[in-house]
Amino acid sequence: MADKTFEVSRLPGFATTAVLVFVALYLPICTLVFYSFNAGSTLSVWQGFSWRWYIDAWENDQVQAAALRSLQIAISASFIATVVATMAALATTRRKAFRGQTAIYAFINQPLMVPEIVTAVALMILFGVIKAYTGYQGLWYLILAHSAFCVPFAYLPIRARLEGMDLSLESAAADLYANPWQTFRFVTLPLLAPGIAAGAMLAFVISLDDVVITEFVKSAGQDTLPTYMLGQLRRTLTPEVNAISTGLLVLTVLLLIGFSLINRKKN
Amino acid sequence: MAKDVIKAFGQGETVVRALDNVSVEIKTGEFFTLLGPSGCGKTTLLRLIAGFEMPSSGQILIDGQDVTGQPPNQRAVNTVFQSYALFPHLSVAENIGFGLKMKGVAKAEIDSTVKEMLALVKLEAMAGRKTSQLSGGQQQRVALARALAPRPKVLLLDEPLSALDLKLRKEMQVELKRLQTETGITFVFVTHDQEEALTMSDRIAVMSAGRIQQLGAPREIYTKPRNRFVASFIGETNFLNATAVAGGGKLASGQVIAADTAGKSGPVTLAVRPEHVTITAADEAGAIPAEVLGSVYFGTDMNYQLALPDGSEIEACVQSGVSGEASIAKGAKVGIRFAPGSVLLLED
Amino acid sequence: MAATPGAAITGQSEAERLLEARSTRNAWALSAPALILLFCAAAGPLLIVLVYSFLTKGPTGGVVWEFSTEAWLGVLYTRDIFNDGNLVLADAHLTIFWRSVKISLLTTLITFAVGFPTAWFIATRPPKARAFWLFLITIPFWTNLLIRTFAITEIIRNEGLLNKALIGIGLISAPIRLMNTDTAVLIGMAYVYLPLMVLPLFAAIDRFDMRLLEAGYDLYASRLQVLRHVVLPIVKPGIIAGSILVFIPSLGAYVTPRVLGGGKNMMIGNFIELQFGQGRNWPLGAALSMALLLVVMLAMILYVRTATKGGKSHG
Repeated sequence: MADKTFEVSRLPGFATTAVLVFVALYLPICTLVFYSFNAGSTLSVWQGFSWRWYIDAWENDQVQAAALRSLQIAISASFIATVVATMAALATTRRKAFRGQTAIYAFINQPLMVPEIVTAVALMILFGVIKAYTGYQGLWYLILAHSAFCVPFAYLPIRARLEGMDLSLESAAADLYANPWQTFRFVTLPLLAPGIAAGAMLAFVISLDDVVITEFVKSAGQDTLPTYMLGQLRRTLTPEVNAISTGLLVLTVLLLIGFSLINRKKN
Repeated sequence: MAKDVIKAFGQGETVVRALDNVSVEIKTGEFFTLLGPSGCGKTTLLRLIAGFEMPSSGQILIDGQDVTGQPPNQRAVNTVFQSYALFPHLSVAENIGFGLKMKGVAKAEIDSTVKEMLALVKLEAMAGRKTSQLSGGQQQRVALARALAPRPKVLLLDEPLSALDLKLRKEMQVELKRLQTETGITFVFVTHDQEEALTMSDRIAVMSAGRIQQLGAPREIYTKPRNRFVASFIGETNFLNATAVAGGGKLASGQVIAADTAGKSGPVTLAVRPEHVTITAADEAGAIPAEVLGSVYFGTDMNYQLALPDGSEIEACVQSGVSGEASIAKGAKVGIRFAPGSVLLLED
Repeated sequence: MAATPGAAITGQSEAERLLEARSTRNAWALSAPALILLFCAAAGPLLIVLVYSFLTKGPTGGVVWEFSTEAWLGVLYTRDIFNDGNLVLADAHLTIFWRSVKISLLTTLITFAVGFPTAWFIATRPPKARAFWLFLITIPFWTNLLIRTFAITEIIRNEGLLNKALIGIGLISAPIRLMNTDTAVLIGMAYVYLPLMVLPLFAAIDRFDMRLLEAGYDLYASRLQVLRHVVLPIVKPGIIAGSILVFIPSLGAYVTPRVLGGGKNMMIGNFIELQFGQGRNWPLGAALSMALLLVVMLAMILYVRTATKGGKSHG
């Protein structure tokens, strides 16, 4: 110890705890992925490697339908959320504060503050009434619900990007004869693009992951992948659920890598 | 160019007049500098000319035409921003061609102008680079080329050299002056650096508290500062409180300092630059007795702090001796003289 | 427009005011789609829940449009059917509330206890390694909550990795029954909400000026004293943010208690669902939802107060 330098930021036991935390964090996930390749049909006895459950899941009509529905909802919802969030971010940043600005912030971040179960119940009641009146049972209820709770996730990175943007760039464009639309088209939008892409990705992941609101809002036969998996709980679990989970996990990780690459490029 | 311009920020009780009734006419083709400390209103005036702000009252005229209500994209005025504001997503050439593209100029013409501008600022080799790959000085040149490319009637420069280090700043001062002479475009230059203002400008407007304190050629501003603010902001100045008498000002201790005080009476403020103060022997005829309080070595110069008989303190700047040692000890009794004609009477 | 010199200017000119009014109008117009969407599909429906909580329950679910405070009374009380319908405290409800609060508080405590060293560890790595460790925390953060709950299930099941390992090293002979207990819910919640604690803690520690540690040691503080008197007070906003971020979703948790707690070890979230399902008491479900919302809002207000009192406002 005597010849060791005094490491200022080292605190006793912290590194060990941290490493244990990472092990505890990843051990369950790795186990889940591991058993998705089990040739046997239980989650506890390893019977050799096989793609069997992936093939089963792929060929399962219900899984296929749920996966397509999940994608359809996530794509539509993240698109809607990103568009409205971009507009709202443009309206609420980089300007003199105006009356009601705080109210807009609060409103946009509202889905982050209200417990999901409460929103879920509220939407179930409202959409239930609308379903009864109009008879429309389609996917739009889910798409609207998802769009709404995705807005804050899309809004945050776009707003952060806008706030980090040098205001004088737009002044410079105006000074160089660009009209407001040209300024937006040739300067603001290209500079904002990474933020918009990041926002859209986050919204997509959030929509894809949602269980609670979907579970309450969906009509019969409108399972998404997560609600399908939740439904499987009532039966004996097979590694098929692990295979589906692994698929979703891989998709999330890929999106996250894309997200961090975009972020890195911006710096 | 600017007529009776008032720019006020805030409302009701908290109104701050960033510009208080400023009128200034800038001549075509001149290098005009707005000089003053931060918050004096010089940048506000520049932004009013560019069109980023609207005057609370008054007019902005360019070539005799009222442009007060025009947005910046319709004014034949371009700005070199303090932060350069180069578009990070565009190449050097695209940056320079941006204004022309927005104006709808044909592509071939844009290309040839961009080439010409790159040559003008000596960056031909950098045309395809991203602006983030350039050094500070190169970015500065791109900003200049971009603002000059559309051939504006007026080029506005908002403290463009403040981000550069000393050596580069000196080079760019020469460069800016050259560009101005070559292009013949009117330059309006904003700075808080008096040396920059003195070396480059045809005329300088010294600003403080939203008003123009003095307007004139560099030499005039330095040698004939009109008031206490201008005298102290530009160069070092000693102020002396005196009473106007025939042929000068009388200190409270009785000595008379020669100055042009014709037509004045009562208390006046006199100003004299430290380099115009000479230290003599204590008993020399006509010298004002003084006591040395201390000295500071500045390399080429030596500054002495001196106490006058009326208790006021002044500084004298003397060229350093070969050894660099203070030649006069602290506490020594000496005499001082002012160079003929160097003592000025200030307005306030 | 030219003013007489020295004329009183009382602020902005008419033109400036018009320009500003127009820009404010534009801001509202641009925000409108987001606001409308959120009103229709997030905030507005909450009002319906509020209304429902004051209605009478329908015979087979749904509501009858008759004003009643029965549902709000039902949050805490139940009618004693043997004693003329007198109000008595509803033990079953209180048990569920107490379990929710207890598990949420414990979850917050556990995640802080292990999350703080983890955040500290990440923040004190060299930049390259730091990005890597941080990425390892963000993956679970963005991974489906249900998947993570499944994952932890596979560890703590009777035939799960934990029991296998314990039996394997001879510590126990028969598997410990964890599934469908409060402990299982607690382990699951701590597992799924840990990243929510680590990320704000990391942000706070990352901003922490490590030179202050040197100053602390220089002034004779031990490592623990430095932690107690220098680090913790300064990163307090991060601790509060992390605690709130864990506590609030814990209180309203639905998926994790449903999967790990079985049907019996309900938390408020599951209890609310029950009222809209088998319970067929929509007004009670609505009242419970509003009560939960109220508690969460109070916690938020408390948080904002504490955070702003420290003179530090942050994300």
